[in-house]
Amino acid sequence: MQSLYQAIILDHAKSPHHAGLREPYEAEVHHVNPTCGDDVTLRVHVVHGTVADISYDAEGCSISQASTSVLTDLLIGRPIDDALAVHDKFVQLMRGRGQIDPDEDVLEDGVAFAGVAKFPARVKCALLGWMAWKDATAQALVETKEWA
Amino acid sequence: MTSLTERTPLAEASADYDVERVRADFPILRRRMDDGRRLVYLDSANTSQKPQQVIDAVSDHYAMHNANVARAVHQLGAEATAAYEGARDKVAGFIGAPSRDEVVFTKNASEALNLVSNSLAWAAGDLAVCPGDEVVVTEMEHHSNLVPWQLLSERKRATLRWFSFDEAGRLDLSQLDELINERTRVVSLTWVSNMLGTVNPLDVVIRRAHAVGALVVVDASQAVPQMPVDVSALGADFVAFTGHKMLGPTGIGVLWGSTAVLGELPPFMGGGSMIDTVRMERSTYAGLPLRFEAGTPPIAQAVGLGAAVDYLSALGMTRVAAHERAITAYALEGLKSVPGVRILGPSEPVERGGAISFELDGVHPHDVSQVLDSLGIAVRAGHHCAKPAHHRYGVQSSTRASVYLYTATSEVDALIDGLGEVRRFFGVS
Repeated sequence: MQSLYQAIILDHAKSPHHAGLREPYEAEVHHVNPTCGDDVTLRVHVVHGTVADISYDAEGCSISQASTSVLTDLLIGRPIDDALAVHDKFVQLMRGRGQIDPDEDVLEDGVAFAGVAKFPARVKCALLGWMAWKDATAQALVETKEWA
Repeated sequence: MTSLTERTPLAEASADYDVERVRADFPILRRRMDDGRRLVYLDSANTSQKPQQVIDAVSDHYAMHNANVARAVHQLGAEATAAYEGARDKVAGFIGAPSRDEVVFTKNASEALNLVSNSLAWAAGDLAVCPGDEVVVTEMEHHSNLVPWQLLSERKRATLRWFSFDEAGRLDLSQLDELINERTRVVSLTWVSNMLGTVNPLDVVIRRAHAVGALVVVDASQAVPQMPVDVSALGADFVAFTGHKMLGPTGIGVLWGSTAVLGELPPFMGGGSMIDTVRMERSTYAGLPLRFEAGTPPIAQAVGLGAAVDYLSALGMTRVAAHERAITAYALEGLKSVPGVRILGPSEPVERGGAISFELDGVHPHDVSQVLDSLGIAVRAGHHCAKPAHHRYGVQSSTRASVYLYTATSEVDALIDGLGEVRRFFGVS
């Protein structure tokens, strides 16, 4: 239990960072976790190849709320290539069945989700916002033809 | 943990029901979960556990009688066929079917419902569904009794309409005569809601539907396991249910259909066993029920279902229903004592099944069930394949506890204590 619900996760879930939908944005996506109905509407704003903003409106469990919050902390302000690399690391960690040692230098608060990987039913919760961000970013780059 | 023994004891209705003796038949209820926790299984609306008698019947079939049915001349083939058809007899008797030929084995209730909706899409003549016709369902359907009718309506350009339900989870029948009218071809509804627990007043709906010449399909997936069912007395045209929710194996479902209607439906799936004779140009089809059982059927599963029916009959469905009522009442009372709990569905044990969905203020259902799981308590979190019903309450998901004939009051107590633990863990006060 404690390995799943780290204090960092509970804190982020209680007061998610960068929550709410904001302007401007180039792409907005709506992703749903079909098993529980949890959803996130997520917008990305890209400026000169950099993640200028990620804003969102999410309904979900503490794991999905917290992981979306951590996503915004980690990726806002980064060049898109960097952000995608962090994204890959996080997805790898989540799909690693608890066998991967997370790199705290890259994932920061995201390392708190290492325990989630041991609960297969919850991996989708942790990835909801992350998959939405990747989708939205791909759309935004097409929109702005700004592939960095 | 606080003691909850001061709550009302079980009603006298189940005084002669020895739940501990029933539990002794279910080996899984004795197993320990990780960290040595005792299993508290409150997810029976999802799937029921299996008594040793059913496990033995399946095992014995594979060990001693395994062969394909209805095609082998050898002794094993004859034994397997007798066992498979014997299961059909048992099921027919169990639900009061006027004829064993009206009992079609499918792989689950979803297939049974899809069999009806698809065959209706292909039907000609009186049973044909035409553009402008209407198909009626309810807002509380399981997706398996909603999506097939959406598909039928789309394909035939018919109009899908539905009954809503009120805040207490009761079907709103105020528009009965308007919703079911001379354009209505099919009315399909659940007997007992898998999410709300509501037992629907089928008699009123069936009477109206038949008055306008519409067919009635009943999803009895949560009803047949819990209460005495007599399809002859019910008067619907089709009744669908599944084996795994009534102590049987997965992979077997049942469609009961009246000969008058089932006999007029075109085939659903083509293949072996369902034919009369086959030429390259075309085929003729077997009579009921084999016309609807293409391919090698779920033989061992049917045998298991037959054993499940024997088990339920020996216990007596009246007593099963009485236990269900009593333990549901006990659970409702317990849940209402937990601060922040909102029950989605009837909060009184009247015309109500044993599935209780609820919200716990301030904690997401996934998180509720995760903490409960850490205590060995199995409940379901999510939309329970009833998204529109959740939407009706303005929520995406809920936690559902569901009881069955082996559920003990101590398990309900564990749930109530567990919810206290959930509230402490997430700092909800």
